[in-house]
Amino acid sequence: MDAIYIITTGSLVAIACGLLGCFLILRKMAMVGDAISHAVLPGIVLAFLISGSRDSFTMLLGAGAIGVLTTFLIEFFHKKGGLQSDASIGVTFTWLFALGVILISVYAGEVDLDQDCVLYGEIAYVPLDLWIGSNGIIYGPRSLYISGVVLVVIILFITLGYKELHLTTFDPAFASAIGISTSLWHYLLMSAVSLTTVSSFESVGAILVVALLIAPPATAYLLTANFKKMLWITVALSILTSATGYYLAVYLDGSIAGAMSTMAGLFFALAFIFSPVDGLIAKRRRQLYETSKN
Amino acid sequence: MEDLIYFFSFQDPNIRYVAAGSVLLAISSALVGCFTFLKKKALVGDAVAHSVLPGICLAFLLSGNKNPVVLIIGAFITGWLALVLIDFITRSSKIKEDTSIGLILSVFFGIGILLLTMIQHSGNAAQTGLDSFLFGKAAALVGTDLVVFSSISLVLVVVVLLFYKEFALISFDEDFAKSIGFPVRRLELVLTTLTVLAVVTGIQAVGVVLMAAMLITPAAAARFWTDKLSVMLVIAAVFGAVSGISGAFISYTAPAMPTGPWIVLIVSMLALVSFFIAPNKGIFYKLLRQYRIKRRILNENILKLFYQLSEIDADHQRARTLTELQNKRPIRMKSLKKGLRRLHIQGYLSNRDDKWSLTEQGKIKGRRVVKLHRLWEVYLTKYLRIAPDHVHEDADNIEHILTPELERRLESLLEYPENDPHSSAIPYDPNLMNK
Repeated sequence: MDAIYIITTGSLVAIACGLLGCFLILRKMAMVGDAISHAVLPGIVLAFLISGSRDSFTMLLGAGAIGVLTTFLIEFFHKKGGLQSDASIGVTFTWLFALGVILISVYAGEVDLDQDCVLYGEIAYVPLDLWIGSNGIIYGPRSLYISGVVLVVIILFITLGYKELHLTTFDPAFASAIGISTSLWHYLLMSAVSLTTVSSFESVGAILVVALLIAPPATAYLLTANFKKMLWITVALSILTSATGYYLAVYLDGSIAGAMSTMAGLFFALAFIFSPVDGLIAKRRRQLYETSKN
Repeated sequence: MEDLIYFFSFQDPNIRYVAAGSVLLAISSALVGCFTFLKKKALVGDAVAHSVLPGICLAFLLSGNKNPVVLIIGAFITGWLALVLIDFITRSSKIKEDTSIGLILSVFFGIGILLLTMIQHSGNAAQTGLDSFLFGKAAALVGTDLVVFSSISLVLVVVVLLFYKEFALISFDEDFAKSIGFPVRRLELVLTTLTVLAVVTGIQAVGVVLMAAMLITPAAAARFWTDKLSVMLVIAAVFGAVSGISGAFISYTAPAMPTGPWIVLIVSMLALVSFFIAPNKGIFYKLLRQYRIKRRILNENILKLFYQLSEIDADHQRARTLTELQNKRPIRMKSLKKGLRRLHIQGYLSNRDDKWSLTEQGKIKGRRVVKLHRLWEVYLTKYLRIAPDHVHEDADNIEHILTPELERRLESLLEYPENDPHSSAIPYDPNLMNK
């Protein structure tokens, strides 16, 4: 039963990340996703200190706001300060993350968080933290519900805003020509990414979330040229990553989140070599074919 | 406070070593970071930093001890491998560079975490302290560790100084470097090797998670203070050194604290301050400059307005009310009032009973703006063959920018035309015309 709980929670988190990641990598914003996932840390710690617990929606909102603030700061330093964008990303998220780690160390006694949790989450403890109703009925692990709700929100966001997200990603000029605000959708997407990274934080930590944001979408991107198919393949890969990662971790007796990233990387490597469309082998074959034809 | 005095008196040899080591590490990564920054490869440094973790763990698993040389070799190999893979993925597939950086970074780090937790769970007693590579521990910089890490840092500093000219050239103008026969490929190889080495040496003090900041942040901060590479290197090194020694101090006074975040926080504060207050490039300075330009444009527009009104009724001394001005050209009331007061103080306008009139000085200035506007309209219609009804807006902008030299060139090029395309007379300075 524990295995099912962990794999399901992992899948829910991975699917939410992967769906948003598809938009991120096509918008060339993968590193902004990385930055947000690091930068929400001080928000999480502060929300902990203020609310005193983990399971409040204020925490999600507060930390989500910090994520949006991060995007804003990155653009502010880039546009107003004239700092090149890669350095702007690098400076912004490292100092926010450093601040978060320091807050954790300083308030070690008061905050139920430690550096390990920051680095690779506590998905292994998911089955221990149960949601118990007032009449004593056990509904199952709390994280399962939180990640489920977040996934539903993300799916709603993507289906309702599909046209806008799609257009602002692939043809921003056309989008603004027909009256869709690119910056509004940019910030909405960033809010969604913040929300997801905050909710995934407990399960997989602040850094490995990036693997779930980037690796499955990148793999799917190599397997298809159709965006809708890419989303579906990402969903499948996310579930696969979660399940295989869990068993790898059990086998090696290591961190589940670490093993999930490892598996995500392995799937990418497989697609990179064997993909029928864009794989190394397929490309080499095509090359050989072209040269033999000439 | 006592701690502070004791620490910075450097009486304790241990403190001396730790402090010197941290400073050296921070300086070497700041110097190398300047070049990765200029080559716009800042985030690659982040990827390398995360990617050395599996190398450290593998080296430990294979050797069974924490010999710094072995760990460094392991870290170096995976760091390099990460760079090669990022480059390979970007070149040979449709995956963009930022995605491959993020992918390699997170997957390598994930593998590292998997290995690290495996080692921790194995109950091997020798592994304690391995996790201090995550967030750094400057106080652990003693004995052989200190010797090894410091020597690499020294080598880094020396190599950067030796190859200063070459690195500068490939950072600013790679094509030119190629064209004059520089071994660009080989130099880049040296530079990437230095980047990996800088990361590898920094991890003892800062840790893999935040190491990227030691490459990026001092360089980014220094860039705001200067346009000269040599000065930038010195400033970055100073920022690095300050944060390095503060990190060592914190690690000494609060041993439970991870050093890396403190070092990064301090260097980031230096950077944030630089972003705002640095002269010329700082955000405050830029805002101030913008404000000044806006103010000048408003001043000139008001004087132009007065001159145009006086052209209509051929009376340059006539005093005008706010409504009169507003009717000719709507300007926001608040800005208009402010501008009028300012021009009054500067002596371009005189004020009586809430009515304003041009002084002689103001007349000259207003005339010049009107002249520039009309000259430019002539220029656009005559030389660029733009329709007369399309030239006004452009002239509205350029009239504030044209310098006296350009003004003279324009006049002689157009041979002092009498009228603009809308057949308004172009006003010249009557004293000059008589000569």
